[in-house]
Amino acid sequence: MTPLDDLQAVRLRRLLEEGLPLEASPYRLLAERIGATEDRVLAQVQQWQRDGLFRRVGLVLKHRALGIHANAMLVLDIPDAEVDAVGERLSAAPGVNLCYRRPRRLPHWPYNLFCMVHGRERASVTAHIAALLAELGLSERPHKLLFSTRAYKQCGGRFAPALDRAHG
Amino acid sequence: MDRLEPLDRRLIERFQHGMPLCAEPYRAMAEALGCSEQALLDSLRRLQERDALSRIGPVFEHSRAGASTLVALAVPAERLEQVAARISQYPEVNHNYRREHAYNLWFVLTGPDRASLDRLLAEIETDTSLAPLDLPMEHSYRIDLGFSLENLP
Repeated sequence: MTPLDDLQAVRLRRLLEEGLPLEASPYRLLAERIGATEDRVLAQVQQWQRDGLFRRVGLVLKHRALGIHANAMLVLDIPDAEVDAVGERLSAAPGVNLCYRRPRRLPHWPYNLFCMVHGRERASVTAHIAALLAELGLSERPHKLLFSTRAYKQCGGRFAPALDRAHG
Repeated sequence: MDRLEPLDRRLIERFQHGMPLCAEPYRAMAEALGCSEQALLDSLRRLQERDALSRIGPVFEHSRAGASTLVALAVPAERLEQVAARISQYPEVNHNYRREHAYNLWFVLTGPDRASLDRLLAEIETDTSLAPLDLPMEHSYRIDLGFSLENLP
């Protein structure tokens, strides 16, 4: 199967970032929009999947509409020598959806470990995190809980270069 | 808001982490759940109408698909709504949240490469007269954007 040309591939990525059409043959519709065949579009998507370009493929949900009203970002300042071990343990803990190491930005921002915890309500998420930190012996480490109080925008990343505007 | 039809719930539990990459994915998903393709599409549209479904399809791996960073701004309270709206207008911005902290506006910037992020950060600084905190991911201990509706705290 001949792969898509570069421009078609970039345009396909842009379209995929907006989500698949909710129609019986979504790839055929995408193929029409980039001037390719359904077979080639599907082959390209499968190739990207094999190449590890996708983190996952499936439903991307907005948690607030599903009754998940509490979204806390737990940040901790853990010494560099320990941060990976602590990150591994926290990431395996129940209720922790994401766990990242990021740089400190001193003096403004001293925290280097970031976890996201979602739940139905704020009080239960706060209690859950307190119990988690106690269990892992982290209660005394410098940390903060940043609850989100409003989502201004929630959408997928736009990684593909903006070729569509130039090429219509 | 919490009450979901049984099919909607099963669809969420089953297909956040993977779905068939074939010409008629909704038919294949319907077969897996034992419902009709029409019922499955109706379920997806229902989730979309209640604003629970952002989209369906691939979530790109940012280390492979381009560059991204987490950005925070400390916005004076009286300017917060205006700055948040301005930031949301950037197509490269997603997940723009107000959080309880002196750094009260948090968003993710994405682009094809790091240089494009540097240009955007400079533009945002000029635009808002606020110094952004640039916090790119250095290591991921776990990435799991999906979540279970069961056993939530």
